Amino acid sequence: MTVTSLKVLSEQEDKYVEGHRLCAGCAEPIIARQILMATDKPIVVSNATGCFEVSSSIYPFTSWNVPWIHSAFENAAPTIGGVEAAYLALKRKGKITADMRFISFGGDGATYDIGFQAISGAIERGSHFLYVCLNNEAYMNTGIQRSGATGRGASTTTCPAGTCIPGKREYPKDMTKIIIAHDLPYAAQGSPHNYKDLIEKAAKGFEANGPAFLNVISPCPRGWRHDPSKTIEMAKLAVDTCIWPLYEFERGTWRMTGDSLRIAEGAKPKLPISDWLKSQGRFSHLIKGKWDDVALEIQANVDHKWQELLKLCKL
Amino acid sequence: MEKIAMNGDQVIALSWKQIDPDVVAAYPITPQTIIVEAFSEYVADGLVNTEYVCAESEHSAMSLCIGASAAGARTATATASAGLAFMWEVLYVASGMRLPIVMAVANRALSGPINIHCDHSDAMGARDSGWIQLFAENVQEAYDNSIMAFRVAEHMDIRLPIMTCLDGFITTHSLERFEPLPDEVVKKFVGEFKWKHPLLDYKNPVTMGPFDWTDYYFEHKYQQVDAMRHVTPVLNQVQEEFARISGRKYEIIEPYRMDDADYAVIAMGSTAGTLKEIVDELRAEGKKVGSIKLRLFRPFPNVEMAKLLQGLKGVAVLDRAVSIGSTGPLFPEVRSALYDSKDRPRLVNYVYGLGGRDIKPEELKQVYKQLIYKEGETLNFLGVRA
Repeated sequence: MTVTSLKVLSEQEDKYVEGHRLCAGCAEPIIARQILMATDKPIVVSNATGCFEVSSSIYPFTSWNVPWIHSAFENAAPTIGGVEAAYLALKRKGKITADMRFISFGGDGATYDIGFQAISGAIERGSHFLYVCLNNEAYMNTGIQRSGATGRGASTTTCPAGTCIPGKREYPKDMTKIIIAHDLPYAAQGSPHNYKDLIEKAAKGFEANGPAFLNVISPCPRGWRHDPSKTIEMAKLAVDTCIWPLYEFERGTWRMTGDSLRIAEGAKPKLPISDWLKSQGRFSHLIKGKWDDVALEIQANVDHKWQELLKLCKL
Repeated sequence: MEKIAMNGDQVIALSWKQIDPDVVAAYPITPQTIIVEAFSEYVADGLVNTEYVCAESEHSAMSLCIGASAAGARTATATASAGLAFMWEVLYVASGMRLPIVMAVANRALSGPINIHCDHSDAMGARDSGWIQLFAENVQEAYDNSIMAFRVAEHMDIRLPIMTCLDGFITTHSLERFEPLPDEVVKKFVGEFKWKHPLLDYKNPVTMGPFDWTDYYFEHKYQQVDAMRHVTPVLNQVQEEFARISGRKYEIIEPYRMDDADYAVIAMGSTAGTLKEIVDELRAEGKKVGSIKLRLFRPFPNVEMAKLLQGLKGVAVLDRAVSIGSTGPLFPEVRSALYDSKDRPRLVNYVYGLGGRDIKPEELKQVYKQLIYKEGETLNFLGVRA
């Protein structure tokens, strides 16, 4: 499926509808709706425990217009793997004829931390599914605790910025690259501010004919401490500062996309990381002088990772 | 059919081959491994139509089963010990979603210390998970239970997952002569799998596993309690039907030479078989003793148990597991079942066989002797060096 126009997209029947109880300014429903537009095949969704799950399925209500299952925190991937196994078996027995697609949503806690092994296993087994990480860089559902995706220097409730420790001391693990190391058909990083890029990547994921992985930056006004009206701006800033490059890995080939490609080609400036740190309350302690060296180290890390990615993308 | 020699694990795989479930997802663990190995060979040779998934852990194996069963597939798996413990979280999800998954459990001790041999602490640890639990005495019964289990779990009044337990190594690895049923007889007995609201019915989308607040959770739990109440009558009916196709009649509790007995010993699993030998020997000496094999632990057959025990002089409950700080887990169930009875026997508990410690005939004889002479404490440990 190719993205034609907003008009065409707006005429699609919504798979995920109003009535959910996510916070004002939450990026997750925006991302999910964009991704779900990327296929016109019948789908089944599995969801890890987290903000997106608890807010969309409060019994006896549901925001889901498509078949949806939540089992636990760490097992969205094998749960949809089981659905796919049933599909394959029943198709072989002639009990199903439709051509269906399977998708899992999980937060960064479910993806980087507690469900890591289960996702790796599902990808290694070659399950045909698109795994989407709604990456808001901490355990937001339980009250903003650090995860393996939390950026260096961020203050969370389990790595608070104190008088001795400047927030999280570690860099996030590079989950997208770890997933790519599985040599799967398709993996990408996306952002909701570039809906065209995100929908195209989701469409490739749905049609990957094997496991696909989409890691999407998902600004969280509560956890990041920014105004709820600035969500899309925050996502854009993550890309413009190169702390969250847009790229894809398609059957062995690395490709920069969207604003990141324009930055790589020199058509657009690469904004300093201080712009990113200044924009969110979770980093406010870093810009008050005492932890200047931390900000510099984060910039050096972003630059290093960016150069690595340019090489991989042959730019 | 002619009797053939197979071990307990192989007959579980054989029963699956005959039933041909839509999905089997599993992870290998001693002493369950032969089940998944034997079934893998059936898959490799094209003898089943099953979608077979080798999970990367038991937690994922059960998660795959949950997805498959919710999608509308007849689903089976097998595990043991630490594997069952690792599944613990999602066992409750499977029963809470009312998914009729059938799981063989090759009973094995839990770590630590690590030990691969038989006891029932794995299954007992899962007793509150909302799964039906059946125990087998020997290879034949393990095979027969595996077939009957699908009928019970999938019954529309029940729709709960079921564990068919067999003793690790003692039953899983012992070669025994048993009588399989013909493939077509098994297929006909088990029947087509029917589902009401599968996930794969995308034209009628369902939301499964939603977030349940204080206003509904209790009701949903109560529905599980209610479904569990249907198990005993349904299992009784299934056992009767099974007798008609196999000539083998099972009961949820099986008394052995209990008609005029004054003393009884209760056990689950393979030890129930040894007990029959001991009863025969003691009967030959003129002792009025019998034994009781409990096949169904969840739901616990309170009424049936009380009926069998009331009026006896002494009863010993053998537990192949211990709730440290209390007694064996079977003992309080039996004691509670008897509370409302008129003529309650003296009731004692023997914890035995932990970590595969052999239970010797002379030790079992000693239990009967202690019952007869009113010796022993309420809680006793059999065969341990104190």
